[in-house]
Formats: sequence, structure tokens, C-alpha cells
Amino acid sequence: MNIIIVGCGQVGQNLAEHLINDGNNVTVIDKLYENVKSLTDRIDAMGIVGNGASHVTLAEADIENADLLIAVTNSDELNLLCCTIAKKTSDCKVIARVRSHVYNKEAAFLKNELGLAMVINPEYVAAEEIARVLRCPSAISIETFGKGKVELLRYRLPEDSAIIGMSVKEVMIKYKSDILFATIERGDKAFIAKGDFVFGARDVVSIISSSEGAQDFFKKVGSETASVKSAMIVGSGEITHYLCSILKKSKMNIKVIEKDYDRCDEISKAFPHVTVVHGDTTNQEIMAEEGISRVGAFLALSDSDEENMILSLHAKEKTNGKIVTKVTRMDYDSVIDKLDLDTVIYPKTIVSDMILRYVRSAENTRGSNMETLYNVIKGQVEASEFIIRQASKVVGTPISHLRFKRNVLVAAILRDGEVIIPRGYDTIEIGDAVVIVSKVTGLQDVTDILE
Amino acid sequence: MNYKMVRYTLAVLLLFEALFLFVPMLTALCYEEWSSLLACGITALICIVIAAPFMFRKPKNTDLYAKEGFVIVSLSWILLSAFSALPFVISGSIPNYIDAFFEAASGLTTTGSSIVPAVEDLPKSMLMWRSFMHWVGGMGVLVFIMAILPLSGAQNMHIMRAESPGPQVSKLVPRVKTTASILYLIYIAITVIMVLALLIDKDINAFEAINTAMATAGTGGFGIKNDSLFSASSYVQIVATVFMILFSINFNSYYLILKKKIKDAINTEVIVFLGIVFTAITIVTLDVFLNKSLVSPTGEAMDTTFGGALKHAAFSVASLISTTGFATVDFQHWSALSHFVLILIMFIGACAGSTGGGLKVSRIVILFKAMLREFGNLIHPNRVKKISIDDKPLEDEAVHSVMTYLATYVFIFVTSLLLISIDQSIFNPAENTFVTNFSAVACTFNNIGPGLDFVGPTQNFADFSPISKMILSFDMLAGRLELFPMLILFTPSTWKK
Repeated sequence: MNIIIVGCGQVGQNLAEHLINDGNNVTVIDKLYENVKSLTDRIDAMGIVGNGASHVTLAEADIENADLLIAVTNSDELNLLCCTIAKKTSDCKVIARVRSHVYNKEAAFLKNELGLAMVINPEYVAAEEIARVLRCPSAISIETFGKGKVELLRYRLPEDSAIIGMSVKEVMIKYKSDILFATIERGDKAFIAKGDFVFGARDVVSIISSSEGAQDFFKKVGSETASVKSAMIVGSGEITHYLCSILKKSKMNIKVIEKDYDRCDEISKAFPHVTVVHGDTTNQEIMAEEGISRVGAFLALSDSDEENMILSLHAKEKTNGKIVTKVTRMDYDSVIDKLDLDTVIYPKTIVSDMILRYVRSAENTRGSNMETLYNVIKGQVEASEFIIRQASKVVGTPISHLRFKRNVLVAAILRDGEVIIPRGYDTIEIGDAVVIVSKVTGLQDVTDILE
Repeated sequence: MNYKMVRYTLAVLLLFEALFLFVPMLTALCYEEWSSLLACGITALICIVIAAPFMFRKPKNTDLYAKEGFVIVSLSWILLSAFSALPFVISGSIPNYIDAFFEAASGLTTTGSSIVPAVEDLPKSMLMWRSFMHWVGGMGVLVFIMAILPLSGAQNMHIMRAESPGPQVSKLVPRVKTTASILYLIYIAITVIMVLALLIDKDINAFEAINTAMATAGTGGFGIKNDSLFSASSYVQIVATVFMILFSINFNSYYLILKKKIKDAINTEVIVFLGIVFTAITIVTLDVFLNKSLVSPTGEAMDTTFGGALKHAAFSVASLISTTGFATVDFQHWSALSHFVLILIMFIGACAGSTGGGLKVSRIVILFKAMLREFGNLIHPNRVKKISIDDKPLEDEAVHSVMTYLATYVFIFVTSLLLISIDQSIFNPAENTFVTNFSAVACTFNNIGPGLDFVGPTQNFADFSPISKMILSFDMLAGRLELFPMLILFTPSTWKK
């Protein structure tokens, strides 16, 4: 596909890199020469310096022959304008990133009226993800498939976990939960869970199941299953807004601490049920006074990555509760992983995951469509969901008879709204949704999993 | 420095060199020249044997940065010249290795300076090899490889930038590989058109047409006859004139014409280039016509009609500004005015992104605009002004790099001239004139071919000492690769781990 990306920020760069690795032709547009140059020096894209909302610049980027335009500049308005102009000049598909909560309510309207293929609000998606983890605090992250029916949970084995020292097979036999172990991360390495793999302390394990299945499993192995009752949120950005509105009905006790008085004012107007505290979040005394040691969850969602990380490390010392850290920059994720910060949310990865998924499924002309795609472990493991539309080699044969590529796992099958955690005798049928977890990245069709 | 990746790329390059050698080998088969066939065969075998051990393991770390790009390009060209010289030595056509290296470097860099006194005596396959080196070297060997192989994933833009001439190398389409393929397809297409155009002349056979076309396409200038194109018909000379000009225009323009963006294709650089060509032809034609100074390469005075003067002046101007170096007359006998104009256009050279050498018209345009800006700043010291070309503002960084380029260019030129003059006065006092030395450096550094005086169109470089030949070979490589890739080899920090 010929793809134009407007905005060479972190998201733009990350997207360009992935899209090129998938075999697309990418042209990037940015106002700043430096941004364009640093990107084109590194990756095989064409760079154009200019305003992406300008008709002339778009023509230079060959909008006539483009299949897709993605607007991910810092400004929502510019993104929407880019898409509108692109739509007028060419019949390409357009995707805009729109972050403001003002436009979020109008997302459907914008999408229809402006003819957008997709409106991405990474902050909203991040808030949804945080809300999910707060409901199941044992998990570091929870991704969903099949409209929320199947969950992929990652959780870190505590030092005293009952399953340490047991192999995957032994755990399955002993606890008889309807779950499937998908991956295990140890240090920098990720493994696809094979039957003889033995769990160790501090391993990060990912399991696939229906949400009841996971609750059942956690209960059996003695992990926390109750959802969080009280949360302290530092920073009142867009994510906090969305999170407060998602959690409105949950009766969770929410306290927001924010430095800026005007922002305090704004959030207290919008959410009367939330306790808003105006104060310097880096001041330990204020945190102690507001009861950091008693909260069920501590969420560092301020605008500064450094502040978020330091606060989370501080909170880890004070409380046993759930800790969520928002990190905007994506460059140092391997270092951050080593800090053992419990749940870390990267809103920018969410954008590129969503767009990659869209591009791969739009590209697909073969017998299945990609519905969902997650980068479970950055650059190592992907989880994707395919809808099976036509007969192919994978359809109708028991799974144990299929010859899969190495490190590919059929993790779940959704048939008529029911979740099947597949065993060897199960088959894939037309109309099913299939969740695949694999170390082979860049899958485009379900048949790509076979040798 | 990613040594493994550099080594791997060079090994790939040597395999391609073996592939290239099939061209003279086929020619040798056609003309039953067994010793050349054997020589090329042995060379190809050597290339394969040396390359093979490095080919099996593709390095894990394929990262290439600007530094590796420069090093790969300059080492590639040195290696290619070294191996391309072997067929000449082994077949006995040019027994001395240094002479053969000079000839090969001259071929690949599309210079066209020769040390062969009697070109007609060379086997046909060796003539073909010389012309083919021009053709491959013209557009760039690594660009060719990139068009065919996915060389190193994403970062081979660094290689393309280091190998392609011009201050700013831009892509035509998002992918480097596709860009390289498009450029080569255009190149091949124009070359084929030229072969067909030449074949219309009944006196010219396929071998001559292909050789002349390849030498023109690369703006090289190796002839297959000692008198270059003097004895060719007027038709052939006119066809060569037109195509020399066509090959010295930025290939991006042809792509834009194919995309029907004619307005964008005829940009400032092309207009300025054609303006210079037109002015130079006018001056030289009038000068030659009024002085009646047409002299054939054999030294006989010719009848100077206006048409003849125009034809030969146009040919010489096209030949020198495109840095090809073909000759139809001995311009040695022209007046000082014409000599000055010819030397001047040698330095200006062709457009960026063409196969020609020289300083490049786009650099001249940028330098001129920068000069005007500095003048303006003297009058309005606080003025802020961006230099723009084709209504696009040029980053100051680009302007600076052009200035640095000019400074480096002058520095290398002066140093080479000094060394050549010293060397000439010791080893070759008979030919030690200023004009000889100056034009020898100028025409190798700008990848032209023949100069003036003792290196004039009817002369050759055979009498220079081996040291001078090595210096001039360096100048040819440095000129073709736009200076910095060759200089970076001499920078110690390049080689630190």
C-alpha cells in the first residue's frame, strides 16, 4: 500500500517503521526539516517538509496514488483538516488521531461526516485498558479479543506463587482451569509456553481465557481477584478525564492530585464524585496526608514521564496496592521494564497497534480478516485475531494434525459467542474468530501460521 | 564501524564484478579472442573465490550509518578498479598493472583518459570492457546492485547518497530499491534509443554503435578509434552531441516527464544548464569560424564553413560540459578564448543526478545565490534571507555543505597539481608544461578525459610516471564520488571500533 503519514513525532516514526517492515511504501510529511531528515536517514521512507494540510504538499506526496493517509500531528484540528483536504483531493482512506475529550464525544459524528476510516483516541483506549487492570489487579496488562469475550492477561508470578517450579503441563492438570498459557517472559527473552516449560519466580506469564476463566484460575492459585476499591490518580490529563468517566458507575473511590489549579477546577466540575486535591505531587508530605499508603491503586498519569516513574517507585515503597504508570516516550521501554513498575501504559504504542491492525486487514485479500492485533511483547510476540471467511488449509482439520510454524500458538477460538480454549482435537471452522499468539511477527493471513 | 557488514557488501560487489565480466567474455566468444576470454574468465574466478567465504554468513547486525555508507562506496570503487584492471594485464593488452589500474579507474569513473597509444590494436572484447565500465560506472555500481538486491534493508539510502552525484540526493519514490530501479530503467531506455539512433547510419555496425552509446551514456568518452569520433559521419557526431547533452541532465527530470509533470521537470538547474550550453556554443562557434581554426586530429587544416564550425563547436561543448571527452577535432589549435570557455565548462560540469562529472550546475547556482545573499547582507546587515531554488527554501546546512565542497575541491585540486608538477619535472620534463599539468588534473578530477597540450584530444596519458598515474587515478575516484567518501578513508577516526 502507498501510505502517507502526516506528523513525524514519535507515533509517526514508530508507525512508519512498522508499516515499512510490513512492505508498504511510506511517505512522511512534517513541518520541521530536522524531524523529516532524522527519520529518512534511519528508515526507507520518502520525506517531505511542509504543512500536511496544504493541498500542494499533499500533491507532492502523491496523494492521488495513495491508499491511506494517517494524520498524527500534535494538533487534533490539524489532523482533522489534513484528513478533510486529503478526502477532497483523492479517494484514499484517512485516519486521524484525535485526543481531546471535547471531540471524543463527537467521534462518531466526525467519522461519518468527514468520511474518516478511523478516529483514534489513544488516551481513551489507554483509559479503558487501565480500567480493565483495576478490575483485575493481579494482571499487568489485559488485552481483549472478540469484542471483549477473550482476554489476554499478563501477570508477574510473585515470589511465593504456588506454581513456581511446576511445568505448564503440571499446572494445567493440577488446577484444571479453562485457560491457556501463551507466553512467558524471563529477563529480555520471551518464550511461547510449551508443555514442559517450568515456571520461575518473577516470570511474566500471559494467559488466554474468558474473563471468568481467568478469575477462576487466580482464585485457585491464591492471587488477588477483587477489583480495586480506591484509587489515587496523579495528574489530570486526558486519560484521567476518560478514566473518571469510565469508572463513574463502579463506585470506586477516586482521588485526583493535580498541581495546576485551573485543571483541578475543570475536573471537579466535570466529575463531582471525584475528590480533587490541589497540590504539588512531588511533595511527599501531601502524598502521605492524602493516604498514599492506604490506597488500593496508585496511578501516575501526569504529563511528565520522569515524574510518573519516580512517583510510582515511591508508591511501591509505601503501598502494596496496584501501581499504574503512564509513559509517553517509547524509546526506553526495555529500561523501564527492568524497574518492575507493575503496569506501564504506553498510549503511543496503542496508536500504532491500532493502525497496523487496520492496514493489515485492509490489505488482506485472502480468506481471512485480521480483527485485532496486539504487540504483546514489543518486537517479539504478537497476538492477533482473525475472522475465518473461506475454506483454507487450516479449516476443518484437528489442530494436532496441522503443521504449525515454530513458536505459533492457536490460543482461542470464538464460535457463536462462545470461547473455546483449543485442545488438540478441536477444529477451526468457517465463521470462527481465531486468536493466534506468535513470535513470528507480521502475520497477514491465518494460513501464515502453517509451515 | 560495522566491519562485518562492510565486508559482506564488498563480497556481494565482487560477485557482481564477476557477473559484469560476462559482457567482455561474450564479446570475446563472438570475435574468437581466446586470450581475452581466458583473462576475463580468470578474473571472474578470482572474484568469486575471494568473495565466496564472506557470502555465506550474512552478518546479524546489518546497521549501516552514514560512515559505513561512505566507506563501502569508496572501498567498492577502489576494489572494482583494482579487479577491473586484471583482464587488461592477464590478456597482455596493457602489461603494466599501474597503467591498467589507471585505465580501469578512468573507465569506471567515466573519465575516459587513456594510456593506450593505439586503441585500434586492443582486442574487441577489451574495447567492450572499457565501454561497459563506463556504462556501469555512470549510474553507479552500488545503485545497480541496490536495484536488484535488497542489500541491507532500510539504511542503504546512505550508500545511494554517497554514490550519486549532486549536493542533494532525493528519492523519486518512497523506496530506495524502487528509486534505483526507476533510474536504471530510464538509463537503459535512453541508451537503447541511442544505439538504435546510431544504427540508422549504414556505415556503423552493431559493435561500434553499442560501444559508442555506452561510452556516451556514462559520459565516459573511451573511443573505439584513436581519432575518437573524427572519422565518424556527421550524422553520428550530431546524434552523439544530442545524447551527450541528454545524459548530462538530471535523471529525475525524465522521471517527472514520464509522470507528466513537465513544469517540475524543467527546473532551474536544467534551464541554467541549457543556458550555459547555448552561450558556450555561440562563443566557441563564432571564435572558431572567425579564426578559421578547424584542424583534424591528424593535424591537417580543414575547410572552416559556418556549419562545420557550429557542428564541431557544439560537439566539443557538449562533450566537455557533459564531461564525456569525445573529440571530433583537435581543439588544441583553437584560440585562447575558446580554450578558456572549454576549461570553464569542464569545471561547471553536468547537472546533479546525471551521469556527468564536474562541480555540477546545481552547486554553481547555489554558490551564486549565496554570493548574492552575502552582498545583500553587507548593505542590510540585519536582513534575514533564505536561499531558495525553484521556490523551495534551501536549508542553510545545504548551502554550507556546498561551500565546504568547493573549498575541499580547490584544496584537492591544488595539492594534486603541485604533486603532479613536482613529479613531472623529475620524471617527465619533456612534457612538463603548466597547461598540460593543469588540464591533466582538471580533466581527471572532473572525469572528462582529454585535456590540452600534451594531454590534448590526440594525445594520451602514457608518458606520465607511475606516481602521477596513481595521483590522477585518485583524482578520478575522488571526483566521481564527490570527494568526501575518498577523504573519509584517510580519517583515522573512521577506522576506530
